Amino acid sequence: MVDPGWYMALAASLFGIGAVGLLMRRSVLVMFMCIELMLNAVNLTLISAGRAMNDINGQVAVFFILVVAAAEVVVGLAIIVSIFRLRSTASVDDLGEMQG
Amino acid sequence: MITEYIWLVIALPLAGAVFLHFFGRFLKAPLPGVVASLAIAGAFAVALVATLPFLQGTDHGQGILLWEWMPAIGANLEILWDPLAALMTLVVTGVGALIHAFAIGYMHGDDRFHRFFTYLNLFAASMLTLVLAGNFAMLFLGWELVGLCSYLLIGFWFTGESAAGAAKKAFVVNRIGDLGMLVAMMILFAVFGTLSMEGIFGEASQLGAGLATAVGLLLLLGAAGKSAQIPLYVWLPDAMEGPTPVSALIHAATMVTAGVYLIARSAPIIELSTTAQVTIATVGAATAIWAATIALAQRDIKKVLAYSTVSQLGYMFMAVGATAYVAGIFHLMTHAFFKALLFLGAGAVIHALNDEQDMRKMGGLFKKMPVTAVTMGIATLAISGIPPLAGFWSKDEILGSLFNRGGWFSVLWLVGLITAFITAFYMTRQWVLVFLGEPRWADDAHPHEGPRVMTVPLVVLAVLTMVGGLVNTPLRFTLEHFLEPAFEGVRVLHPPAGWLMFAVLAGISVLAGVGGIGAAYLAYNRPKEDWERFESGFGRVWGLWEDAYGVDDIYGTTLVAPGLKLAEKAAFKVDLPAIDGAVNGLGFLVRRAGQGMRVFQTGQVRNYAAFLMVATLLLMIWMVVGG
Amino acid sequence: MLTWLILLPVLGAIIVALVPARRKELHLPLGVVISIAPLALAGYLFWAFRPTAGFQFSETAIWYENWGVGWRLGVDGISLPMILLTALLVPISLGASTSIEKGAKGFVVFVLLLEAGMFGSFLALDLFLFFIFFEAVLIPMYFIIGLWGSERRVYAATKFFIYTAFGSALMLGGIIALAFFQRDTGTPSLALIDLMQVGLSQGQERWLFAVFALAFAIKVPLFPFHTWLPDAHTEAPTAGSVLLAGVMLKLGTYGLMRFNLLLFPQASVDAVWIMGSLAVIGIVYGALVAIVQPDLKRLVAYSSVSHLGFIVLGTFALTTGSMQGAVIQNFNHGLTTGALFLLVGMIYERRHTKQIGELEGLQKVMPMLAGFFLFMALASIGLPGLNGFVGEFLVLVGSYLTLPALTIVAASGVVLAAIYMLWAYQRVFTGVPVHEENRSLTDLTPREIGLLAPLAALVLVIGLYPNLLLDKIGPSVDVTLRYVDVATDYDPPTFGYSVRVGGEAVGNR
Repeated sequence: MVDPGWYMALAASLFGIGAVGLLMRRSVLVMFMCIELMLNAVNLTLISAGRAMNDINGQVAVFFILVVAAAEVVVGLAIIVSIFRLRSTASVDDLGEMQG
Repeated sequence: MITEYIWLVIALPLAGAVFLHFFGRFLKAPLPGVVASLAIAGAFAVALVATLPFLQGTDHGQGILLWEWMPAIGANLEILWDPLAALMTLVVTGVGALIHAFAIGYMHGDDRFHRFFTYLNLFAASMLTLVLAGNFAMLFLGWELVGLCSYLLIGFWFTGESAAGAAKKAFVVNRIGDLGMLVAMMILFAVFGTLSMEGIFGEASQLGAGLATAVGLLLLLGAAGKSAQIPLYVWLPDAMEGPTPVSALIHAATMVTAGVYLIARSAPIIELSTTAQVTIATVGAATAIWAATIALAQRDIKKVLAYSTVSQLGYMFMAVGATAYVAGIFHLMTHAFFKALLFLGAGAVIHALNDEQDMRKMGGLFKKMPVTAVTMGIATLAISGIPPLAGFWSKDEILGSLFNRGGWFSVLWLVGLITAFITAFYMTRQWVLVFLGEPRWADDAHPHEGPRVMTVPLVVLAVLTMVGGLVNTPLRFTLEHFLEPAFEGVRVLHPPAGWLMFAVLAGISVLAGVGGIGAAYLAYNRPKEDWERFESGFGRVWGLWEDAYGVDDIYGTTLVAPGLKLAEKAAFKVDLPAIDGAVNGLGFLVRRAGQGMRVFQTGQVRNYAAFLMVATLLLMIWMVVGG
Repeated sequence: MLTWLILLPVLGAIIVALVPARRKELHLPLGVVISIAPLALAGYLFWAFRPTAGFQFSETAIWYENWGVGWRLGVDGISLPMILLTALLVPISLGASTSIEKGAKGFVVFVLLLEAGMFGSFLALDLFLFFIFFEAVLIPMYFIIGLWGSERRVYAATKFFIYTAFGSALMLGGIIALAFFQRDTGTPSLALIDLMQVGLSQGQERWLFAVFALAFAIKVPLFPFHTWLPDAHTEAPTAGSVLLAGVMLKLGTYGLMRFNLLLFPQASVDAVWIMGSLAVIGIVYGALVAIVQPDLKRLVAYSSVSHLGFIVLGTFALTTGSMQGAVIQNFNHGLTTGALFLLVGMIYERRHTKQIGELEGLQKVMPMLAGFFLFMALASIGLPGLNGFVGEFLVLVGSYLTLPALTIVAASGVVLAAIYMLWAYQRVFTGVPVHEENRSLTDLTPREIGLLAPLAALVLVIGLYPNLLLDKIGPSVDVTLRYVDVATDYDPPTFGYSVRVGGEAVGNR
């Protein structure tokens, strides 16, 4: 059995890649993918932790997250598509409508 | 028993008012007046029949509950039908019916003819509610409703600014008095647990001296408002803006006497407090002489009568204050006869001279209007206290009673005597100026006697003025005896007994009256220049009287203007800037705080994400290190 | 049946919403017809209501047991008049809204939803449910003022919404706190009857009382929380003013009677002086400020501040008379002030101004309108024989037992009321109409008379025979006051020599 520490390390690096990508990239689509990356990094920690502790709840939580994430992807992509249609750009730098 | 149907006395005029309100406009001109007159005449008939048991001595009065009004505070609609109520009812309906009839002629041609009689009937119903009330709350109901009718009728010709203003003034000043009534009722309920007169008067001594004084003075405040006593009399002269039959009915014969009735009705409470008695009598005496001097110098025929009414009401207050309740009520009754007659006569004169009210533009009307002149002459003699007319008996009984009580009341007796002299003077002045001397009226006026419907009431009232006083003379105290059950258990003050005392006192007061008449006749039965010189001989005093001592202006500058200023301060210096300002200021602060937070809302998602991550990181560090 | 009372307007709103927007001549008549149904039901309720203590026609359905919240409805003598008033004023105010041209559909829907919310607030016997309805009425009213009001409508609507929502947010905190205290004692429940059993410490009770009282005081509005009212009234359309003054303000006074007295009896007894003083200040101050208002609607609005002070005074004087007066005055004020707002609206529709200075001599051209106005003005200033007197007289005479000095001051409001009302009447209606705009006005139409006549008839009937209502109000008032006595060591003021002489203080009020 692989040491859970490795899984954790993998998840952490995935999360880090996602976080850095979210902060650095401009394309909304790529940022969205980065968020998914972070989300799945968390999923990985939950599964591995659940496995390591012999607790089914970790997997149950992941199922929930997957379902919700799927719904979120649908909505998020729809928003991105409609923004692209409206503005013919997908760069976040051009989207500052919410500035207070 | 007829007594059980006594509510008809209120219901008949009320039904008349309701009928005229909805259907009056479909009736041709004199008909609404006829309906109204019949309604009140019917009430008179019912009252007359219901009074018979008292006359026969088979009944001493009873309470009749109509229905519960506000039982939680013992305020119910209940009638107290006793001799006092009966007498008041007869005066109100009897004189009222005559004035209703007179008004048919007087208001002829007015385009709101039916509306006038609606109000008149409503007034009668309200006044009867007041006098029949066996519960202070019901009395207050009538009390306020007569005030309303007075408001409506003073302002009947509402397109005139002064009429509308006078109407409002009357209502508001009366309301100040009503405040006294309200507080008195609060105290009465707190002490007795009911507002029913039977319940209160039966146990009146429970009040204790202090509260009895308080209640007595509060009732006086209410009475002073309604009966135009110092300091609340200022509305009555202005009320003359109303049609003259209104002045006769409301502002002379009935409504303004409600205050006297209230004090007499509350005799068991007044009985308990000498302070209240002295105050009431003193207020009455002061008002009597104060208003009499003002009446001396008035030019407007109705203003003379208005101040005369205030003055005569002062007499009644002297009487009831001195606990001479029967004398007060007696004078109330005779005054209703001769003052209604005077007002109706003045109305006939005004009517004949195309609405001229200035006495300097009258004169020499005796030949043109003999009936009016003679009847008004009788009334003038009556109010001056010439025997055997009605005014003599009642005024003499008041003065005699005051004299009999002695002490401070002797001073009041003297004041009453001087007032009697002044009264005789200004009333004679009025009669002479109107009916004798050179005609001074405008050329286009063609004075003539009014139609029958106007002269007959004058004659009837003149007869009553002549014989009305005979109900209570030293020969036979019929009224006294009649009213006895109503004042059971109350000490009623009388004039001194014995013929000699009577003769001396009557002689003095008759002397005052005759003196006044003679002086005025000499001064005024002369060419205009002469009596104008006579008047200017008084110098500035005359101007002061003519200006009614300038009390209206004093009230205006000391009460009305500062009050208005206070209201404006409250509205525009406190409410808007301070209270509303604080509310809006709070909102402003919140918005300013929001402004400060704006810098964080860049609109850039990655900034938000960065905040989020840094915050999470800090939280984790805190949990690892600090936790 | 009570559920139906709430559901009928909601269903009506749905029906109106389903009518296509282009058939705009249908919306208003349909709204009026629909709102007759709750009126009929309320009428039946009034007829079937037995004059006994306690809640009748109660309905209970638990929503969520763990929190103890439920659909708990019931009606007693304190809420019954309010139900009747709401059901009566809605069709009348809809009938008076013919001048609404833009978006009549939305208007009718909002009014009907408002009605449902008001019914719910008066019927709810569960604090959670009450809170939902209490908040829900704000939304339609916000839109009614904000969309169909006059010039400064957005300012007024926002102020109204935020001010009242602020108060109720605090109350929500109070309800949650109360729920937690209750939880310690047993099965969780937010029913009024269960929350009354919670043993609160003095400090807790006072804090919660203050929070609830603040929410209701803003709604009443009690001095000094009243400044949203003139703005909201002045800007609201006629129907909005009628329902705002007629019913919504009463949510505040009703809340004080129903929740503050029953949930925090000891704190209520301790607060008699504070609440009484604020009420009396409001009576005098509101009347004083009303005298000099240049706008007829603002004048009536400030008169409401004054009149509602009587209700609060009567409530906290805690005697039978005063509280009966407060409850019946809740109803009376709705009738007279509602009618006055209708009348001002009718003048406004014709003359397009509410400024007293621009109006004159209207009695000459509009005798009927003038007559109704004077009638309602007299009712509102407490002329005996009309309904306003019954309420104020009961309050004054009853309150004197508890707070003699304050009550005497309050009585002076009666004089001030005569001044501002009759002075306004004099300026607007008497004299000769000089300006052409005033001279060409037309009198009331039969439709308008039809709207005013039922109100006028009720004003007269209640003025002369208040037992119609008092019979049903009395037992509920008694039971409320007795609860306050028993739950505290409060010694009610006694009156009448027999009680004092008899020696035994029987708590005779």
